[in-house]
Amino acid sequence: MESSDSAVAGQARQGDQNAFRVLVERHSRSVFRLAFRMTGREEDAEDVVQETFLRAYKQIHRFDGRAAFSTWLYRICANCALDSIRARKSRKEQQPAVVDENGTATHWLEHLAAPNPSPERLTQSGQIAQLIEPALQKLTETERIAFVLRHYEGCDIQEIARTLGVETNAAKHSVFRAVQKLRRALQPVYDARSWGMAR
Amino acid sequence: MNHALEEQLVDAYYGELDPRLREHLSGCDECRLAFERIKETLDSVREYPVPERDASYGGQVWTRILPSLPEKKSHRTWLRWWTLVPATAVIAAIAFFAGMLTQSRREPGFSPEARQRVLLAALTTHLERSQILLTELVNDSGVRNDWTGERERARDLADENRLLRQTALHLKDGADAALLDDLERVLLDIANSPSGFTSEQLANVRERIENEGLLFKVRITSADARRKEQKL
Repeated sequence: MESSDSAVAGQARQGDQNAFRVLVERHSRSVFRLAFRMTGREEDAEDVVQETFLRAYKQIHRFDGRAAFSTWLYRICANCALDSIRARKSRKEQQPAVVDENGTATHWLEHLAAPNPSPERLTQSGQIAQLIEPALQKLTETERIAFVLRHYEGCDIQEIARTLGVETNAAKHSVFRAVQKLRRALQPVYDARSWGMAR
Repeated sequence: MNHALEEQLVDAYYGELDPRLREHLSGCDECRLAFERIKETLDSVREYPVPERDASYGGQVWTRILPSLPEKKSHRTWLRWWTLVPATAVIAAIAFFAGMLTQSRREPGFSPEARQRVLLAALTTHLERSQILLTELVNDSGVRNDWTGERERARDLADENRLLRQTALHLKDGADAALLDDLERVLLDIANSPSGFTSEQLANVRERIENEGLLFKVRITSADARRKEQKL
């Protein structure tokens, strides 16, 4: 019979690396899903997954079993995702506009990065993602994390507040602002559909 | 009861429905319609697809993180062949290509992509080697007395780092320059430390690395540079 997360985490806390491996194997896919929804980029999500488990390993002695192991892990994941989004944002904001001898704006790290999603990405994500991801990108990092925790992970407002390190009201407001922005961004789609149905 | 606020309807969608609001919704067409609109949007957002990962994914993640976990084995197992590459060769390459790039000189036979690739390779290798050194320090049990090897590696890395940071600054790449600046200060601290770290000094260096999220930033930037390099 499969041991519970709590029992396995107890063994990992005692320094049993194989026990921690069991936890990584059990939770990697769900952590990846969460990380992808929070960052919106596959490669960033991969980095966040790794960092989440590394931090979890180092902090396993702090896991006291009061919350589910997955909840504890998701909290670490949310913090890693916040760091990742902020780092990405900071890198983007500071993109230099170096112009080479041909008069082309370039960057020593990013100058050949494709600004648009690849055809495979578009195919994979489908039409809905094409609408949802740009809408999610309009959220601030706090709004996005709060919304993902609320909407996809079913976290309550207190849990989100603890994860983000903010007051309950601020967490609630972040979720609400996220919903408002998403509604505004997706409204034209619904308007178009209503118009089509009315014809 | 007055009409429901949008915020209350959002709470209701997530299952936090005030009994008075429930009663109101059952009798108020306007609020019910408003709730249905919110529900329609939020339901559709649930369809946001996530790339699939198969059952072997957990094993793959384990394989990737294993080298970074605190090791019981000898510290020498951390060393990879490229951590032993003489720093002078890397420095010479960086200096040569950084000079060409910053002075906008065009050397026959070297395309901008080729120069870019060399810089990216130098940056990636530098960050990966730095990451290994920092990981060793963070995970060290603190029982060792001799840090001579680490100090020498830190000194080499600090020299490389200076060139990369100057290049990044010259190219007005603030984000990379800032990261390299943080990294350089830690590398210099390690390089200039006495041959044996006291547990307090070690704790200080660890605290700086962890508080500034330095390892994670280095890992992200390094992965980023590696991806760009592969695209070239």
